[in-house]
Order: sequence, then C-alpha cells, then structure tokens
Amino acid sequence: MLPSRFDYVAAHSIEEALAAKAQGDEDTRFLAGGQSLLPMMKLRLAVPSKLIDINRIDGLGGVERRNGHLRIGAAARHADVAASDAAFGAVAAAAPWISDPLVRNLGTLCGSVAHCDPEGDWNSVLLATGADVVARGPGGERSIPIAEFVQDMFANSLASDEMVTEVRVPVPSGRSGGSYVKLERKIGDYATVAVAGHLELGDDGRIAAAGLALTSVAPINLKVAEAEALLVGNQPGPELFAEAAELAAAAADPRDDVRGTARWKRQVVRTFTGRALAAAADQALKG
Amino acid sequence: MTAHTTTPPEIGGIGHSLKRVEDARLIEGQGNFLDDISLPGMLYMALVRSPVAHARINGIDIEAAMAVDGVLAVVTGELMAAHNLAWMPTLSGDTQAVLATDKVRYQGQEVAAVIATDPYIAADGAELVDVDYDVLPAVVTPQQSLDPDTVVIRDEKEGQTDNLAYEWECGDDAATAEAFARADRVVSIQTHYPRSHPAPLETCGIVADVNPVTGQATIYMTSQAPHAHRTLFAMVAGLPEQNIRIISPDIGGGFGNKVPIYPGYVVATAASLVIGKPVKWVETRTGNLISTGFGRDYHMSGELALTDEGRILGLRVDVLSDQGAFYSDAQPSRYRAGLFHVVTGSYDFPAAHITCRGAFTNKAPGGVAYRCSFRITEASYLIERLVQTAAYELGIDPADLRFRNFIQPEQFPYETPTGFVYDSGDYPTALRKALDAVGYEQLREEQAEARAQGRLIGIGIAHFTEAVGAGPAHTYDIAGLKMIDSAELRVHPTGKAILKLGVKTQGQGHETTFAQIVAEQLGIPAYDIKVEHGDTDHTPYGLGTYASRSTPVGGAATAVVARKLADKARHIAAHLLEAAVEDIEMAAGKLHVKGSPDQAVTIQDVALAAYTNLPEGMEYGLEDVTYYNPPNLTFPYGSYIVVVEVDPDTGVWKVERMVALDDCGVRINPMIVEGQIHGGLTEGFAMSSMQWITFDEDGNCIGSNFMDYLVPTAWETPRFELLETVVPSPHHPIGAKGVGESATVGSPAAYVNAVVDALAHLGVRNIDMPVLPDRVWEAIDSAAS
Amino acid sequence: MEVTVNVNGTDHTADVEPRKLLVDHIRTVVGLTGTHIGCDTTSCGVCTVLLDGAPVKSCTVLAVQADGRSVTTVEGLKSGGELHPVQTAFSDEHGLQCGFCTPAMMLVGAALLEQNPDPSDEEIRWAISGNLCRCTGYMNIVKSIRAAAEAKATAAAGADS
Repeated sequence: MLPSRFDYVAAHSIEEALAAKAQGDEDTRFLAGGQSLLPMMKLRLAVPSKLIDINRIDGLGGVERRNGHLRIGAAARHADVAASDAAFGAVAAAAPWISDPLVRNLGTLCGSVAHCDPEGDWNSVLLATGADVVARGPGGERSIPIAEFVQDMFANSLASDEMVTEVRVPVPSGRSGGSYVKLERKIGDYATVAVAGHLELGDDGRIAAAGLALTSVAPINLKVAEAEALLVGNQPGPELFAEAAELAAAAADPRDDVRGTARWKRQVVRTFTGRALAAAADQALKG
Repeated sequence: MTAHTTTPPEIGGIGHSLKRVEDARLIEGQGNFLDDISLPGMLYMALVRSPVAHARINGIDIEAAMAVDGVLAVVTGELMAAHNLAWMPTLSGDTQAVLATDKVRYQGQEVAAVIATDPYIAADGAELVDVDYDVLPAVVTPQQSLDPDTVVIRDEKEGQTDNLAYEWECGDDAATAEAFARADRVVSIQTHYPRSHPAPLETCGIVADVNPVTGQATIYMTSQAPHAHRTLFAMVAGLPEQNIRIISPDIGGGFGNKVPIYPGYVVATAASLVIGKPVKWVETRTGNLISTGFGRDYHMSGELALTDEGRILGLRVDVLSDQGAFYSDAQPSRYRAGLFHVVTGSYDFPAAHITCRGAFTNKAPGGVAYRCSFRITEASYLIERLVQTAAYELGIDPADLRFRNFIQPEQFPYETPTGFVYDSGDYPTALRKALDAVGYEQLREEQAEARAQGRLIGIGIAHFTEAVGAGPAHTYDIAGLKMIDSAELRVHPTGKAILKLGVKTQGQGHETTFAQIVAEQLGIPAYDIKVEHGDTDHTPYGLGTYASRSTPVGGAATAVVARKLADKARHIAAHLLEAAVEDIEMAAGKLHVKGSPDQAVTIQDVALAAYTNLPEGMEYGLEDVTYYNPPNLTFPYGSYIVVVEVDPDTGVWKVERMVALDDCGVRINPMIVEGQIHGGLTEGFAMSSMQWITFDEDGNCIGSNFMDYLVPTAWETPRFELLETVVPSPHHPIGAKGVGESATVGSPAAYVNAVVDALAHLGVRNIDMPVLPDRVWEAIDSAAS
Repeated sequence: MEVTVNVNGTDHTADVEPRKLLVDHIRTVVGLTGTHIGCDTTSCGVCTVLLDGAPVKSCTVLAVQADGRSVTTVEGLKSGGELHPVQTAFSDEHGLQCGFCTPAMMLVGAALLEQNPDPSDEEIRWAISGNLCRCTGYMNIVKSIRAAAEAKATAAAGADS
C-alpha cells in the first residue's frame, strides 16, 4: 500500500503556501501532520496532485492563551495540546484520547478539524466550547464559527484558496468545566460514541452557558442545541442532566454497524451525556 | 518460581530460565526478516486482487499496466495455466486457484501479479490492471450455502453439485442416544466461534531466486514448515527437490498463518523462473487479512446429557464449518475437522457423538490452526461453555460441577469416548489451586453483595485439555507426509556443538530451549550449542512448527539424539578412563567411574577424543541424527479463572483478574513458558472481546486492516497471574508436553464464561464472541424486559 | 528532490521521490532494516522511529518531510559500544519473542524514560499503546521498560556518588 506520485512543495510562509495553493489544481492539498491524509494516500483513496507542506512555516505552531481565547496553531500537534497548561475543560479532556500516542506526536488539531470526519473528536469539542476556526486567503483573514465551518461529512466551508491558520477557543471568565467521554474499542480506534460537555456557571450557581456535542452518532459531529437550551438557567444536578441526556439520545442518529447496534449507541449517548455533564459540573464547582 | 533442575546454571539444562540467544541480534535491529533480504537485480511483485466476492471474469486488460515505466511483466491466470500452475492442491486435498481464470470466489482473491523494478511502481501497475467482472450473487453463510437452491460456488470442480466441502463424524451414535435417553436433564448451547485471523505483525512474503542456468531455486520464505514446503513445491511446480532450497529466515510471528502455501509464493517463484531474476513479494496487511489462512468460523450446537446430581452421561455435537471458497484447512489428512474430537474435554463420561459438515462460501479459504492444534480451540470452547451452562441449569456451582466430572488422576492413561488416550494429568489439584489463588469462595460472596447494589461481577472458569504434538505416524500425516520430526547433533572437537532442527521458531525461542535439552543430556553448556533451523539444505527433515508440536516431537528428537551421543560418550570415556562402560556415570558434563568421582573426564575431553583417540573399531566423530515418531500425542491442560465487572448502563466489561494455571509437563525454560502463556492469554482475550472478521451481505470483508481487525494494545490487555503444576508426560523423553497454544485454546471460554456469569442471575446463558458491549447490553436489556 | 536526513548521528543525502515513505527511505536508501513495516493503516507502530526525539510512525511520514531533521532508529540506540538500558532490559526480562515489534517498543520505551524517568506500569502501558505486539501480551514489555528505568536510576546514582 504505497501512495501514487505527486509534487511536493515545502512552504516557508503562509503567503508562499497560499500562492502554491492558488497555482495548484483542485487536487492540491495542504500537508500538516499527515496522520489522516497519508494513510488515505497509501490506500490510494486520496490522490493529490500536489502537497503543500506547511510544517516549515514559522509561527504556525503553539498552544497558548491570547486575547481571551485559547489559540491552537495550525502546526500544533495533538500532543502539544495534551501537554499544554493553557488547554482547559473539554479541550484538555479530549487531547489524550485522540488516536494513539505516536499519532498524537504528528497529527494536528487544525488538520483534524478541517478534515471534518464525523468520527473525529475535535469538532465535537469545538462545537461544545463554541470555538472559531481562523482561515487565511488571498483576501486576508476571517474567523468562522465552528458550527458554520463544519458543512458535512468530510466537507468544510473553506474556499479553495484558503487555509486554516489557527483555532480559537473562548476562555470563560467565570467558573467553568468541560469533559470528553469517549468509548473506543481500543486505543487508536475512532470513537464508537463520544460526548463533549461544557458548562459555565453564573454567580448564582446556575448554568450560564452550556455546550454539548456528540461524536460518531450522526453524519456530522452533532451539537445538541435542545439540551444546551434546557441546561441554561438551571441549577446543575443529576435530574437536569438526565433530562439533557434524553434529549441527546433523541438527537443522535446512529447506525447499526460493526461497532454495535444503533439502539445501543443511543443508550451509550444517554449514559455518557449524563457522565459528561456531571464531570463538567464537578470541574466547574471545584473551580 | 521454583523449577526442578539437575544441572548447574553454567550448564543451563532443563528448568533454567536462560536468557535467549536470539535476543542479541533482535534487540540491535540485526534480525534478518524476509523483507530485509535484498538480492542483486531483485524485482518486486504486487498482486491484483478481486474487489468483489463472486464474479465471472470476462477479461483482463493489462495494456495500461504494461505501459508503466518499470513494469516488466503482468502475470495472469491464463499465463499460469500455460505452465499448468493456475491451480494448486491445498493441504486438505482440495484445489485452490493460484490466479483466477474462470471466476473469483472471494473478495481479495488473487487475479493477476505485476512484476516491476520497484515496489512503488509495482503498486502503480497493479492499480492499472483492468479486470472485467460479471458479478454473481455472493454466498456468505454456510447455512445459505447448503440450501439446495444456492448457486454452486465450485462449479469448476468435477462431480461437485452442491456447496458441501466435506462431512465427518466420530464417536458412537447409538451409545450417545442411549446416554441421552437415560438423562435427567439435557442442556444445550448454540454458538458461533467467529472467523479470526492469526495476523502476525510480519505479513507473509517470499524472495524467489531461481537461477536460470543451474536451475537452483533458492526460496526465502516466511515459512513455519520449510521442509514440507520444499516437498510440496517440488510436487506442485515439478522442480527437482534437490534443486530447491527453502530458507525461512527470522519470522515475525506465525501463529499458524505461515503454514499453508499461498498463491503469491507460487506466482513469485514462477516469475523468477521465467524472468531469471530474483522476485520479492511481501503481502500488504490487507492482503494478509483478506486472503490468507483464517482460523475458526465454526457454527456449533452442543448438548450435554446429565443426571440431576450433575454427572455428565453423554455429549452430542453438530458443527457447521464455514470453509470459504476452497477447503484448505492445514491439518492431519485423516481428520476433516482437525482434532475437534477433543471436545469431550477434561471430563469422564461414557458416550459422545460428533457430526461435522464443511460448507463452501464466498470467503477466503484457510482454516489454519490459529495458535491452536487443529480445531482444538473451538472444541475446548464449546465444552467449557456447555459445562458452565449446565451448572446454571442444574443450580450447581460451576467449579463444583467440574469437580464432579473430572477424569481422576488414577484414571490416566484415559481413553476418551472419541478415541484419544490422554497421557497424564491431575485436574482436581489444578482447579483447586487456581480457585484458591483467586479466592473463589470469597469472590462468590462479593459477587452476591455487588448484585444487591446493582453492580455486575462475573467469575468465569475454563478447565481445558489440549491434544498437541502431532503425531504418531500410524495416524498423522499432512499431504501424505508423516508428522515425525528430527534433530541432528554434532559435537565439535573443542566440545562445542551444533544442533540442527526440522522445526522452525517464529519467536518461541528454539535457539535457546533446544540447546537446553542438549545441555541437560550431555552437560555441554547451553550457550556452547548453536541451534540451526529453517534452511532445508542445512537441516534434517521435519514437518515444522505449529500445533504446539516443536517440543513434543522436535524436542523429543533432540533429547533422543543427545542421548545417543551420551551413550557414545560413555564408551569413549570408558576407553579414556580404562574402565568398563557399565561403570561410567555421567552428570552435568562429567563422566566418571562409579564410586570414584575423581576418576573422571569432561564431555569436552570426550569430544576431543572422538576425533583424536578412540577405542579400536569405533567410528570417528560425535554426531548423529534422530527422526522421532511420537508414540502418542501429549495432553497439556490448565485451569483459568477470569473475574470481570460489567457496566450495566453500557455493556462495557473489564477484566479485573485473570489467573491462569498451566500444566504443560516439564518446563524446559520457565521464563519462556510464561512468555508463551502471556501471549496466548492475550490472543484469547482479543478473540473474546474484539478481534474478528465478518462480512456484509455482498461478501465484503469487514476486518481487512488493523483499523477494523482489532488487535488489543497494552492499554486494553488484562494483567495476568500465572500458576503451574507439573505432571510430566509419561511417554515424552523429557516429560514435556508443549505450551505455545494452551492459553489461546483455554482462555476464550474463561473470558466469555465470566461475562455470562455476571449476567447469569438475569437468565442470560450465552453471548457469542466477540463479546462486544452492545451484545452485552442487549442481553441485559432483553433479560430485563 | 535532494534530501538530507540525519540518521543516528550521520547525515544521509539522497535524491528522493516525494512519495517515498520515511520507513522505505530508512530501510532501502539508508540501509537500516531494523525498522519494520507491519500494516498499511498507521495502526501497528512497528515502523516507529524517533523524529527529533519523539516517537512517530515512519510509515506515515514522507522522507522529504524529514529533510534537515534527525532520526533515531533501533540501530542508533547503542552508544559508545554500550547497549541502551532498554535493550539490556528487554533481553533480561524476556520482553521480546519474535522480535518484530521490539525495535519500536524499545524506542518508545527509551523516549518515555527521557520524559519520565520513573514511570508507573500504567504510564508505560499508556506510552506503548500506539504499538502492537502479538507475542508477549505486553506483560514483559512493561516489565522491561520498568527494569530499564531502574537500571538508569541506579547508573545515575552511581555516577553521582
């Protein structure tokens, strides 16, 4: 299983990368960590004509707090996120569970986000935390809310001449907590079911903001807006979370497959939503 | 661990946990695996495989592939047919397509081969071979296959009018019917032991180097059985056997996968013969998983006849085996279902009857003994699941029911109702020891308390008996070749030695343990003995390493040949010491006159004398060869206990304890024995929890790569606690029984029994492997409603 | 394109096709065959090398991406003629059987000990969870990496005193 031929360009600046993309045909792809792209190329499921390697661009890495948000650069590895003190809540909870330790050393959060695989973990985390994806194109930079960025299975809303430069996760000002509860068959497997939870508490102890998103149980990473609406304004607690879990289970649209029956996956969504919200609330209360 | 040893550590005979000789090269990356072999002018082969499960081939267009710069040849079935090599015999007397000519019969079947100057170019060429298929309906279950209205898969086979591959039975039908007639209770179970794959981390491969001038074929090949392969190559390809040299280099795991001869080997060899250059072919992982020897895939129905007191009276089993498109089980030719008749297990009862049918389906052929002695894993699983079920139905503790039915120590040698003669054992002691180690009685109390709190804890037991070390020549052969094995031992003048084996390691540590067997007999330090294996020009004949037969057969040959040399050494010592040979005693490398320990020579002195100073009339040298024909199989056994906790909300289960007691007779190197058991317990865990190959309704393989065919990592794998008893085999020269497969055979039932035990109070009796969380949760949910 | 990769301390310059995987480059161009190939899907980890010190799957890196970077393979574990403590420990504790996954396991173990000189069994299992082994059941691999940690600690204590 070996890739077919392609051209290769190592870009040294964002401008150089964008220029190379503009010159390339529609099968020109950016190469960041390569941990999704190269396996597909080896299976010849992806046959790019040209790869633009963005790993040599200065300043594209980094995981840090900046202007009230957590900035994760396009060349930041999953392992960088996992090791970062700046990461918090659902982001910190999910990072160690991305694929396996070796893949985490190369694969990037931004690459995974742009890939829009509904079995990928990060887009659920970003949906729950209300993150933005920052893209650069010939016309400059724009910030795209994650809910708009994720278009469909393996489809994002980038223009063909744009590249992702970073992801920004808002850092809550008050008490907050987040979680990512994932069922995988083994390390390195995609999620069978996973739930990202995010809660912010007001001074009165009520939930001021809530995020809940599901992995692998719908054609895209699924934001459960009904549950989020239910949670906001209420005191956190098991009964509330059980109600939210029912809404999440109802919103999920899983399929029967080799990982398990749809009926059971819905049950796991129910169970894990309860656990994810409880863990998030616990973290928020501990402050 | 304590081990019985008779030699000091510096000699390192039996019972010493010697560090392995083979490690020195492997820890420095200096192993020589198949893909590491590179010959001048070598070409690379890539296979074109069928994307569909069943189709007629209308034509193959190779033009685009041939146009790729660097592609030298595209081999099709038509070309192979011109050399009479489009089909080849299987190890079970069927035929198998080398490259498809008429139809493809499973997804992944070999259709064409591209030979190129570089592996990347070979892959480019393979992508461009254009095959025109007429897709036919796929037959994906054996039940569907045997329906009279189903299309005949093997329509090329003369006289084949249905999809039945074979029928086989054993035991006594009438006696079994009588046992069931007088039973108080009949307990039954239907279960599918799913298709699994050995999946060694190194895939299969070959470098075929046929010299166009001399006709010498040097074939480097991932082979667990190089000698048998040489003979089969000679018979299939019509090459003179003296011109074929098979070299099986370091093998990156075998587990039964590297026993058969695969189409890729044949095509690469033919290509080298025709082109006159070495040709390398290394399987892709997908190629390995979708086309080479799978294991299991048995649909089994079992019934036990019992008294109310829990005495087993009889066993009835019916098996439907999914063979795939060709019947190519690697097994003794006399037994169509391998050694499945070990299904009577560890229990003493008078009657059993087993029927078995094999069905062709549109799936890959195989039926190899995946870390198992020929279908023993399936048999052991069935009886241990049945006994567990009987315990629940009779309201008797599962351990207690086993104690009530065990073959007792004094009953050995014990003849089973299916015709095996078990050599030795003490089953009650083994189970008792394992129960004590896990704290069984207390665990049962904890289980009851946990249930009261809504927690689900399960305790699973399996007490298995294996039949390994095939086998006696009167009964066991593969493709007509008797299942004997050999050892050749040569002691050099300086007292160092070389031992040459018919068997071949794939990680079991033969280079260390077989030297220890010699060290035990001759007192030559084990590290002074080089072990050679895998090169058919340099080693004596043997049937190879699988079915746990290396120690029972090859190990016995090694002990016997060493004893032959010990006898000669005594004669030489008598000459050197001017004593009568009857008065020479030998221990730990010293030969002395009885009663006079100072009147002694060393084995090294004797070795030098063998080339320099011999008694009148004795032939020079100190070397011999033995071909060992074992008088019986050996019967290792064990008691395994697994404790699990099940999450009632998701069905996810976790192993809390895994206690494994093994009795494999005498342990040559206890460290290596334990390593073998760890590995087998892990594969048993894999099969019971996640590792399987399945197919969709069109015959597409699900499990065609390591993203779908799940091999557990260190994170999922349980921790193991090992125990032992030692009841030697009475007929093996050193009392050893073989151990490489015990844990794979015995453990799946223990894991499954544990999960079922956690749910038994809800009325759950069976969950098929792999015991996926959705199956567990559905079982809980349907029991509740 | 021309690529220079530092492998085990030595620069290797070669003209490399962009599609060439790093693992193939190491095995066939640099000529070190201790790095193995076991799957097509970035799953098994037997191709593990250290790329600038971090373990990665060399089947999922292009050789051109390694230009100007340093790679450590199993052949580079030994230093000054001395085996690395993980190598000794794998042999002492029977951490290998067929040896096919062993170079990768040792490299991951060595990298772990650089980050965490005293890992628990759990931490070791976590660190090697991107690498498959079919023979050992991981028990003795974990034991080997533990033993290597202890050997390194003992050696360090000896050097300090």
